[in-house]
Amino acid sequence: MALKDFPVDECLLQGNASCPGCPATVGLRMVLKALGKKTFLVVPACCTAVIESLYPHTSFDVPVMNIAFEAAAAGASGVEAALRQQGRSDITVAAWAGDGGTYDIGLQALSGALERGTNFIYICYNNQIYSNTGIQRSGATPYAAWTTTTVSGKTEFRKEMGEIVLAHHIPYVAQTCISYPEDLYGKIQKAKSIKGPKYIEILAPCPPGWRFSMDKTIEMGRLAVDTGAWSLWECENDVMTFNGKSKLLLEKKVARKPIEDWIKYQGRFSHLFKPERDEERLKAIEEHTDHLWERYRKCYGKI
Amino acid sequence: MKKYPVETSLSYPKKGAMGKTGSWRVFKPILDKKKCVKCLRCWIFCPEGSIHREKDDSVSIDYDFCKGCGVCANECNVKAIIMEREEAKKK
Ligand code: SF4
Ligand code: SF4
Repeated sequence: MALKDFPVDECLLQGNASCPGCPATVGLRMVLKALGKKTFLVVPACCTAVIESLYPHTSFDVPVMNIAFEAAAAGASGVEAALRQQGRSDITVAAWAGDGGTYDIGLQALSGALERGTNFIYICYNNQIYSNTGIQRSGATPYAAWTTTTVSGKTEFRKEMGEIVLAHHIPYVAQTCISYPEDLYGKIQKAKSIKGPKYIEILAPCPPGWRFSMDKTIEMGRLAVDTGAWSLWECENDVMTFNGKSKLLLEKKVARKPIEDWIKYQGRFSHLFKPERDEERLKAIEEHTDHLWERYRKCYGKI
Repeated sequence: MKKYPVETSLSYPKKGAMGKTGSWRVFKPILDKKKCVKCLRCWIFCPEGSIHREKDDSVSIDYDFCKGCGVCANECNVKAIIMEREEAKKK
């Protein structure tokens, strides 16, 4: 869908507590445009619980239920069951959780809800850290990135949450990014039209967490896709399709830009360039990314 | 607004729940309507929803809440938005 056809109505109100340049609010605005007013959000501990702003006010113009860090998917299951009892099939139930609440703390509840076939959309906005508590490493933090708990750079590679979800064989799983509004909007709309559990993950580049200039939020998302650090894909009933630039990368129609083109703008990787270049870790990052894409080609490319 | 009689803390929607966040700005986006090609990129990418979209798809900036992040200026392909330092507040 073209930008001109996006609805004008906003369900996230101005004057909220988000940082300037916040990717979560960019994502929320697009998601709520696609889902519409008849949406019930379940939000665990994450930046969005802060963005809701201070009691007795909220910046959300749709119902939101706040719940403990580990419980977004369990809470959404309860809301969905209650609405079903009331015969309210017109309302979309969506969990909106960060990567900490998805990859790590909420994984068990999420897996349970997917396995039970709960009719909801689980949306993970992934900024690759626990940002709300002051930038700690999560399972989504990339290798070598600085966080307050990995002061000389994370020593492990990030895990692939999308592929963990794929193993549940639910009707719809997708990865997108705030920098691609048409892609994001289309995926949310498609998820809304499908019955059963749906999982969508949105890459959300965070200026204070990744240490880049706050006007570059959208650009960081585009570079993540160009360099293959992130990928756009969807899997409908176990049929996998890579989308946009990621499709071209998968089919080797364009060459992958070096990850360096993405990380050089981010202060969280500055120790790889100063005082001198850390060739060993820079090489490890490129090799790991090449390995991932070769694996994608084997698993999901046309043979 | 409809109030609900529930035994839990309940917040109600309010524009400006954290006040006029426009006061956070250090740099201010300035729009040149003559250059604008109505592509709506600034509108969709503004993290604050502070770019208003009119019926004819022209845009304007709501300075009451714009936090001055500069995303709109960075995403405008025809450079119709530039960032200028806010004038020092009068004492
Ligand atoms: S991004 Fe630039 S050209 Fe597009 S609508 Fe905004 S100001 Fe106009
Ligand atoms: S500077 Fe940031 S908050 Fe202000 S209008 Fe531009 S994108 Fe929106």
